[in-house]
Amino acid sequence: MKIIILGCGRLGAHLARRLDHEGHHVTVIDRNSDSFTRLGGDFQGTMILGTGIDEDVLRRAGIESADAFVAVSNGDNTNAMAAEIAKLVFKVPRVVARLYDPVREDTYHALGLMETVCPTIMGSDKIHELVMSPHPTK
Amino acid sequence: MYIIIVGGGKVGYYLAKTLLHEENEVLIIERDKRKCDLIATDLGGIVLRGDGTDSIVMEEAGMERAELAIAVTGDDEDNLMICLMAKKKFNVKRAVARINNPKNQHIFKLLGIDSTVSVTDLILAQIEREIPAQSLVHLLTLREAGVSFVEAKVPADSIVVGKRLRDLHIPDDCVIPLIIRQGKGVVPYGDTTLITGDEVIAVTTIAKEDVLERIFSGETQKR
Repeated sequence: MKIIILGCGRLGAHLARRLDHEGHHVTVIDRNSDSFTRLGGDFQGTMILGTGIDEDVLRRAGIESADAFVAVSNGDNTNAMAAEIAKLVFKVPRVVARLYDPVREDTYHALGLMETVCPTIMGSDKIHELVMSPHPTK
Repeated sequence: MYIIIVGGGKVGYYLAKTLLHEENEVLIIERDKRKCDLIATDLGGIVLRGDGTDSIVMEEAGMERAELAIAVTGDDEDNLMICLMAKKKFNVKRAVARINNPKNQHIFKLLGIDSTVSVTDLILAQIEREIPAQSLVHLLTLREAGVSFVEAKVPADSIVVGKRLRDLHIPDDCVIPLIIRQGKGVVPYGDTTLITGDEVIAVTTIAKEDVLERIFSGETQKR
């Protein structure tokens, strides 16, 4: 698959390395070139320096032929807008955005344009489950 | 009317001042403490400090009872989020956004944010107006519909002076609904004769702009 990842932070870089390792064609976009060091020396994919809400940058990253677009920069608003552009302008088949704010996630989920991931809710659910578990593991 | 403005920079500040003057209830949401202090000193306690794209701050601001939300921060992604949240989450009837990158305009349109103001486009239009070499000035462009409203000034040395409109061979997809003549609006007909200083307003498909431009710049006569 040809996958574009916006944001080369911890999550973006981890996901990029994983997909790259699995043999996918990965392109990572970030505003800060220092972030690309997180990808490690053996990363085979492409790195694009620029902002993810600029159509020209997205084109340079090859979005017109991408199978999936993942927005995991550290800004909810950037992720939401980049994902909207990917879906509405470039018609990327699979679009996923990370949104920290549960209310924003709810709103965007309701729009039905993209898959949304809210680490706040996921983390809270998981921790709740661990705390409330009747059989403590340790 | 209760109006919430997100972004307390110069645009937000002067907007608030004007809207307050028109007896509206206005609240500005701004992140920066220094800007908040400035606004509070000048306009009173009409400013809320916080991230205006954050749902909790929006709720605190009373977004659900606002009749109009105006997003004028310097970031398009923030303005889009503000307008979408205002409309979809808080059911605000009208949302207006400032756009910095003109290319982002259609994304706002596609998401149902119809009222956008592109500062870059406005400045470009103003520059066109100031530079006489440009024969066509864009007044309004409806990119989605592929239509634009343009204005052509008729200078004294123009080859269209003394010509009737019907003799200009205006293409099919263009209409001239109005001529501003000596400051007054004139609704023209085919046999209206153009005079020096006329400002010809045309509605045209974007594709036919070139043809119109050639007619008014006189290039069609040279062949």
